[in-house]
Amino acid sequence: MVAQISKTMPTHENNPLIEVSELTKRFDDVIAVDGIGFTVGKGELFGFLGPNGAGKTTTINILTGLARPDSGAIRISGLDISRNPKAAQHLIGIVPDESNLYPELTGFDNLCFCASLYGVQKSEGIVRAKELLEQFDLKEAAHRKFAGYSKGMKRKLTIAAGIIHHPEILFLDEPTTGIDVASARQIRHLIAELQRAGTTVFLTTHYIEEAERLCERIAFLVKGQIVRVDSVANLLQPIQERKAMLISFLNGGSDLCDKLAVTFPDYEFQTISFEQVRVESADIINIGPLIRFIEEQGTQVTEARRLKPSLEEVFVRITGIELNSVGREKEKAKGS
Amino acid sequence: MKQWIAFWSIVRKDMQAYYLKPPNISWGLIFPVAWTGMFFIKSGSGLESILTLLPGVIAISILFGTTSMLAVTVTFEKNNRSFERLLLAPISLELLMLAKTGGAILFGVVNAFVPIIFALFLTDLSQVVWITVLPAIVLIAISSTFLGLLIAVSVNEVFEAQTFSNFFRFPMIFLCGLFFPITSIPTLLRPLSYLFPLTYGVDILHGAIHGKNIMSLPLNFAIIAGFCIILFYVSIRNIHRKWIL
Repeated sequence: MVAQISKTMPTHENNPLIEVSELTKRFDDVIAVDGIGFTVGKGELFGFLGPNGAGKTTTINILTGLARPDSGAIRISGLDISRNPKAAQHLIGIVPDESNLYPELTGFDNLCFCASLYGVQKSEGIVRAKELLEQFDLKEAAHRKFAGYSKGMKRKLTIAAGIIHHPEILFLDEPTTGIDVASARQIRHLIAELQRAGTTVFLTTHYIEEAERLCERIAFLVKGQIVRVDSVANLLQPIQERKAMLISFLNGGSDLCDKLAVTFPDYEFQTISFEQVRVESADIINIGPLIRFIEEQGTQVTEARRLKPSLEEVFVRITGIELNSVGREKEKAKGS
Repeated sequence: MKQWIAFWSIVRKDMQAYYLKPPNISWGLIFPVAWTGMFFIKSGSGLESILTLLPGVIAISILFGTTSMLAVTVTFEKNNRSFERLLLAPISLELLMLAKTGGAILFGVVNAFVPIIFALFLTDLSQVVWITVLPAIVLIAISSTFLGLLIAVSVNEVFEAQTFSNFFRFPMIFLCGLFFPITSIPTLLRPLSYLFPLTYGVDILHGAIHGKNIMSLPLNFAIIAGFCIILFYVSIRNIHRKWIL
């Protein structure tokens, strides 16, 4: 219930930890980030959603001091990071889109080393490393070299390295891309735990379900521009008022769309695939007559299910881009 | 204080991960021994020639030891993106690069003592002015490391760093007065000798080991120290320009 309230009414906006305005970054003739602005409140889990090449990683690089903006202002905890990136870097933890720890060091040594980079005393770093290895279920692999870890283990250790110094803000760049389902679930659970513990999380992802499940507010980024920033509840509201169903057929039936539209003028029909049609309506969809009509046309219905309103639909409506198809392409590329 | 914790940790990590590995230790031992043997045999003279060969062998051991390492510790880490982790740490870029080069400098200094230890068994080193030799070794190690750093930040791939290093290293063997004085180099090539910091370091070693330096020792020290500062700051500027986009 508490989570529901926080999702509908973000309470962090009056206490911004990250403030970005008019941020622009160009690489030769390409505008990677085009005058974006947003705030992230203290303790908020903020999602940055966009297809591959939208400018998500460039934005993170600028926010963390790894790239310089051409123009615009960035304040992290009140510190101007565009002018003096080093001043704010002790407040930040970063998990890049690729696990970039040291292959020749063990998991334990990697964590101790990362702690020391933030000035954590050796004894304190050892305690913290052991604690994180336990928390991230990597205790048994602690003294194995990072090079021998699986993708999921590498990802988990990279996240652990990002939070070893108890940062106020954690930047997560595509944390679950290219890893197995079980590890991805565990990572999502860990991210939610971190936020509950008070860490402000800035998450970039192309997995819309992941953003929907974890984030309180989301910015949609397309071609370097933010097209919408809002809470998940507010983003979902317009489509929540509409009802939608997916009807599946045996051996095709999508060619029925035109006949269905004539017979049921109150509903909208959309061909999804050769064997699937989507039905949408402002009112309740009366499924009985629909199925009877379809079967009278000689087509057998195998399934008719109600579709829950999803953020993916909102994203597609706003941007016209199928986000997950881009994600799958990226995964294929990583896999190969 | 926090920055120094990071500094020592980077030096320690590089030593553990790169420098103290068996291939590097053997490289650090075999290379200086091979050079010493080669020049000793080639000279055809007796054990007394060791003193005149020693400065060159010390310098070449440092030069190859240090410049080879930077291609790994900087270019390789840049390519696998672990260097980003260091750039994102709250440590100044200057201190970070001093930490990254610290291990190589130490490796170069240790390499310098391999031919010295061999020479101890073969000849009398009682007339060597160690108080001059030691800072000269350190300065040669620093300048060679910073030359390696400049090369490492100017290229994108490890193989490019190694190729580019050889482009400098091999001419330096002949141009910097390592095994024959720069006065015997053709006049046309001689100005090139003065463009390399190693020339000044080797001249100090010649002076301190067998008393045959060409330039004054304070001038040599000042010039090689100047080279160290310039090479370091040009490297830092290149990192700012090329790696923090």
